[in-house]
Amino acid sequence: METSTSPTVVSAAALLAPAPQERRRPLRWLAGFGPTGLLGLAVLLFWLLAALLGPWLLSHSAAGTGTSNVFAPISAKHWLGTDYLGRDMLALVVEGARYTIGVALFATLLASGTGITLALLAAASGRWIDAVLSRGLDTLTAIPSKMFALIMVAGFGSSVPMLVVTAGIIYVPGAYRMARSLAVNINALDYVTVARTRGEGTLYIMLREILPNILGPMLADLGLRFVYVVLLLASLSFLGLGIQPPAADWGSLVRENIGALAMGGASVIVPALAIASLTIAVNLVIDNLPGRAARERGVR
Amino acid sequence: MGAPLTVQGLSIVAGNSTLVDNLSFSVQPGEVLALIGESGSGKTTTALALMGYARSGCRISAGRVKIGETDVLALDAARQRSLRGRTVSYIAQSAAASFNPSRTIMDQVVEPTVIHGLCKRAEAEAKAVQLFRELALPDPDNIGSRYPHQVSGGQLQRLMAAMALIGDPDLVILDEPTTALDVTTQIEVLRAFRRVVRERRATAVYVSHDLAVVAQMADHILVLRNGKMSELNATEQILSAPVDDYTKCLLAAARPAVRASGQASGDSALLLEVKELSCGYGPVDAKGQPAKLILQDINLKLYRGQAIGVIGESGSGKTTLARAVAGLLKPCHGSVTFDGHALKPTLQQRSPEELRRIQIVFQMADTALNPSQTIWRILARPLQFYKGLRGEPLKQRIYELLDLVKLPRTVADRLPGGLSGGQKQRVNLARALAAEPDLILCDEVTSALDTVVAAAVLDLMAELRRELGVSYLFISHDLHTVRSVCDEIVVMQHGRKLSQVARADYDRGPHHPYYQLLARSVPELRRGWLDDMDHAAKTAAAAHPTREIHA
Repeated sequence: METSTSPTVVSAAALLAPAPQERRRPLRWLAGFGPTGLLGLAVLLFWLLAALLGPWLLSHSAAGTGTSNVFAPISAKHWLGTDYLGRDMLALVVEGARYTIGVALFATLLASGTGITLALLAAASGRWIDAVLSRGLDTLTAIPSKMFALIMVAGFGSSVPMLVVTAGIIYVPGAYRMARSLAVNINALDYVTVARTRGEGTLYIMLREILPNILGPMLADLGLRFVYVVLLLASLSFLGLGIQPPAADWGSLVRENIGALAMGGASVIVPALAIASLTIAVNLVIDNLPGRAARERGVR
Repeated sequence: MGAPLTVQGLSIVAGNSTLVDNLSFSVQPGEVLALIGESGSGKTTTALALMGYARSGCRISAGRVKIGETDVLALDAARQRSLRGRTVSYIAQSAAASFNPSRTIMDQVVEPTVIHGLCKRAEAEAKAVQLFRELALPDPDNIGSRYPHQVSGGQLQRLMAAMALIGDPDLVILDEPTTALDVTTQIEVLRAFRRVVRERRATAVYVSHDLAVVAQMADHILVLRNGKMSELNATEQILSAPVDDYTKCLLAAARPAVRASGQASGDSALLLEVKELSCGYGPVDAKGQPAKLILQDINLKLYRGQAIGVIGESGSGKTTLARAVAGLLKPCHGSVTFDGHALKPTLQQRSPEELRRIQIVFQMADTALNPSQTIWRILARPLQFYKGLRGEPLKQRIYELLDLVKLPRTVADRLPGGLSGGQKQRVNLARALAAEPDLILCDEVTSALDTVVAAAVLDLMAELRRELGVSYLFISHDLHTVRSVCDEIVVMQHGRKLSQVARADYDRGPHHPYYQLLARSVPELRRGWLDDMDHAAKTAAAAHPTREIHA
């Protein structure tokens, strides 16, 4: 590590050396996922692209245009058949991706982010903050989630940001409990005690000592929570409180087209498959995040 | 009663690495063979292979294991199962983790006979009581109806031996059975084990890392290193005239040399003074007394450059003393004065400068280093925090610290998971040294390490003390370690300081009886030590009739 070369040479080397390494790093990072992780990543990327670019690629919006061709099978004109109003299923699924992925992803991130932050605060600071936070969030758990959503929608009306916030609030206590139980265990370990005897502040202990060590399980929890939010969203749509027609997320697509199930129609199977593929992909990616196996081996 | 054991060309692999390499040995009926070596040398792996068992991920790739006329490795899984617990039995290191907490001891001790259908329950129970008696367990008739948490660790270890012996096995495997015990408990357990093994003339394989313990138990010693046999010889031979270099190294480490202190204690300034210190846990009552008092009325003086050892059994309050000095636990009475200034009771009230001057080093290097931070970041943090170092000076200082604790500079980029136990403990020390403290509180720093590695860490600590003039408060349960490093020894029991012994008086009496008991209980590296101890046993038992209950 120690170099006896002159400063100019060192700085020149520093300029030259990192460049190829930087270029190689994303590829190496991707290779760390392993085959199943890469599969999940591909599916996730596909749906993200569909959500972002889909409506722009499809020339017309399907939501408004019904035909008499109800529950049509897969054909050249309608690649995924039509729904109960004769709308093109492909366009509906692609448009639904925005709602499902958008709302579920943001709500999950909101819930887990808030939960983890509060949990770290509770674990790293004193008994009183812990008690107030824990009991406060316990109270939130006591309110049935559907009832809570009903009150929120009744009070503030149904809109996408509203749904994100509602789903976020509903899943904060779960994420908090999970993160707190992990953080409390880490907090009792010697390296946190060493940091405390060094005189470190609460923020340093939260972010540097505890957070990196609960991140793995919390990401797994995030994957699970994502699935819950998708389901909550679908059930809210079922009650007419979720995404408002004619727009539809995947959950409401399944419900609207449930009549096609008897006929084995594509219109009910496709959105169901979409939900399944998305949730499985998210969990595959999270389970195969690179660095976990490497950390167990003790290399960077 | 025992059957001969023959092992030929035993090899065990895990993936591409060879754990045990072409090992051959034999044990005559009624003899005890000791497997000795550092952690990771394949001792336990070999011992488990004698039962035809390989841990998941491992595979017995070659060799033969014969117990009597049975070729263990050639049997199918069902026949191997019927062999285990009956022909071969196993006594594990941690009895506390090996017993099912929700069933009575008797249920579990007679379990091997039930599983193998050897005899009726009543017969088995009678036999178990007989074994309890042989193993010198208190109240042998009724101890079986208790639950595992109602007996002490040393008793559990003996109960586990009863469980192993109830099927009259041909071969008993003892895997570090006394490592987790206090020295005074260890001697009881060793004595019981040895008597049972001798009286029953069982063939036994004793796995241990402690040469002194093995010297009392074994007829032959097999020294393992990296899965290969270094030396196999009679115990006397190994102890008196070892052939292999590694065996010599082990022997040297087991006879700790006194490390020179460098500075005489009397002429330097008073650094730490603990006065009438009491502390405890639980809610505080009206008089300011906590519900559970751990430390009572501790007085201690430590001069600059001095090392004071604190010794006692587990639960004696040693660690609590260190925590109180470090400010992790608020004392309910008494004061701590550091370099002429009274220290505030809690961490939050102390200044960063005060915190910097007292550093703590923990026992388990695994939990003392953040697994998600590189060694670089672990060492850099105190330097940045206390001194605001960055850039080139920071880099230089980190390399200096690594040199100081004799670690290669390349470890800086690694995570703690990639280091060995000894290396982690060095990083642990380096982190404390980074703050340039006046006092380091060492809590059982060598307890989790192998003898050879521990000796190297102790050497390092003595050297640092000579060169940097730091003082140590050295907490340990191992009298040998404390004697080799410290100028004075504080003996603690049940949260009280019993006596303080200076280095010059280590071997001169008379001392407090408890100190003498501790000193006597440390196994000596010679054969027949346990026999000598047996003569003294009765007087020791008479002096401390209640000890077993507290152990």
